[in-house]
Amino acid sequence: MNRLKKFLGLIWMVLGPVAMTFLFIQAIDKVGLAHSDIERTNTMLQWGIILFIFFPISLGLMIFGFYAWKGEYEKLESSQKI
Amino acid sequence: MSEELPKNNIFKVIGASSLGTLIEWYDFYIFGSLAVIIGHQLFPEDAGASALINTLAIFAAGFIVRPFGALVFGRLGDLIGRKYTFLLTLILMGGSTFLIGLIPSYKTIGYAAPILVLILRLIQGLALGGEYGGAATYVAEHAPKNRRGFFTSWIQTTATLGLFLSLGVIVITKNILGADVFGDWGWRIPFLLSILLVVVSIYIRLKMHESPMFSKLKSEGKVSKNPLKESFNNKANFKMVLLALFGATMGQGVIWYTGQFYAQSFLENTCKLDFNDSRYILLWGIAFATPFFVIFGAWSDKVGRKWIMLSGMLLGIIFYRPIYQTFLNDTSVENYANSPVLSSTSSDSKITPLSASGDSLSVVETRVKLANGMQFTRVQTDTISVTKGILPAKELVKDKVLPTPVFWKFVGLIFFQILLVTMVYGPIAAFLVELFPTKIRYTSMSLPYHIGNGVFGGLVPFIATLIASFAGSNPLSGLWYPIGIATLSLIIGTIYLSNKADENIND
Repeated sequence: MNRLKKFLGLIWMVLGPVAMTFLFIQAIDKVGLAHSDIERTNTMLQWGIILFIFFPISLGLMIFGFYAWKGEYEKLESSQKI
Repeated sequence: MSEELPKNNIFKVIGASSLGTLIEWYDFYIFGSLAVIIGHQLFPEDAGASALINTLAIFAAGFIVRPFGALVFGRLGDLIGRKYTFLLTLILMGGSTFLIGLIPSYKTIGYAAPILVLILRLIQGLALGGEYGGAATYVAEHAPKNRRGFFTSWIQTTATLGLFLSLGVIVITKNILGADVFGDWGWRIPFLLSILLVVVSIYIRLKMHESPMFSKLKSEGKVSKNPLKESFNNKANFKMVLLALFGATMGQGVIWYTGQFYAQSFLENTCKLDFNDSRYILLWGIAFATPFFVIFGAWSDKVGRKWIMLSGMLLGIIFYRPIYQTFLNDTSVENYANSPVLSSTSSDSKITPLSASGDSLSVVETRVKLANGMQFTRVQTDTISVTKGILPAKELVKDKVLPTPVFWKFVGLIFFQILLVTMVYGPIAAFLVELFPTKIRYTSMSLPYHIGNGVFGGLVPFIATLIASFAGSNPLSGLWYPIGIATLSLIIGTIYLSNKADENIND
């Protein structure tokens, strides 16, 4: 199980930037489809907020993967305490 | 310490916490439910400007301000205590809701109306971000260690009951006043009503004592000096925050939003069910399923939190597509072609000139009642061309009222989806509380909760619509988002989460 946890860590590390890239491409695509200036501004605002909020989440997924790869989640029999 | 609390006292704690949280959810939902009417009354008639303000109100309040509120009030709750912090969130939420009900229309005060709505909506998002973590922490820190799931599950019922209450108040007010009066000024009543509930809740909360664990920490001088730094700059704690988000709250958030919001939106907008019918179905589903929050919360004290939550996600992954396919099939008018028509009443043709060309649109609405109880309105829109005569367009069907057996079948399907919500949501407060130490609990548990629910859950309608816009998509394609996120969370939760509850949270 610990080997699986470590191996999957690599996948989570890759998944973060992949998800971010996908969202970025979608944002460009959808802004490009807007018909008027106000619609373009609105679409940019929506996607700007989404990219702004998902950037730290994607970074978090990469860090989660990194921790998993480093074996930080190997001995979580119960909640860890500081 | 908490084990010594008499049973009637713990129920007072639960009552005081739950009532306030329920009101906060009620306040948050009535805005969402009445967004269209608010748009007509308080936003400019210019569709573009109106859409911009709407975007800010919905996106910013849900996705940025809510997690930000979790940080602001979480920090405050770990510094000055749970009681005063979630008292403050209640005042902010109740005050803003009441004030939204008082804002004069756009026609009266112009752009000040949407700006005020936006500011108050952002305050609502901020307050909601701070409320839940405080209430869950407060109850958990009073509860006996072997019944934490049971006692915190009462807090978990409040989000669903808040939705139930908001839908109920809106439906009752609209039915009493009639659609026209409700659209004119009656929509303000659910907002204004909030102040009564808030005043009662503030009075009750003021009489409550601080959490015993936090009081002990304070008396020993062990309160955190910098909760944000200790929560997110300390690897041992930060990795648990990430695990809570990706292995639990992310999947829980999409199951929650799909069962309670996407379902209603799908019935109303995709299946074209009547306004009241779609709400009655949801109300019944909620009424039948709500007790299961407590049942699964209590069960999690015996078998652990992990597998109950993950089973809810798994069942959603398996059954969402068949359920929504059934919604589509059973609301299709073609399926009722064999049922005799009892009555068919057509409105007069409404003619709308199109342009200087002289062409115009003719709209005729026909209300059809079938022998099996199915009712619907058929809208025939034809173009009357000066040169080409009448050009018939495709018919639209709307305002469907279902036959009684189908109505109850839908109640059953919504009940099942909310049952899954109770599985993922019932034990999660206890799960989050047990993951973090007392001195930074409020901060640490609030952020993953609000990212999971506010961001991943809140984005269900937006991303589902986005997916539905892809080439080759169909009405069920939007479901791939909740199914995908729940699958990811299920995998991470299964492999990385421990099922062992932390019995001693007094640290």
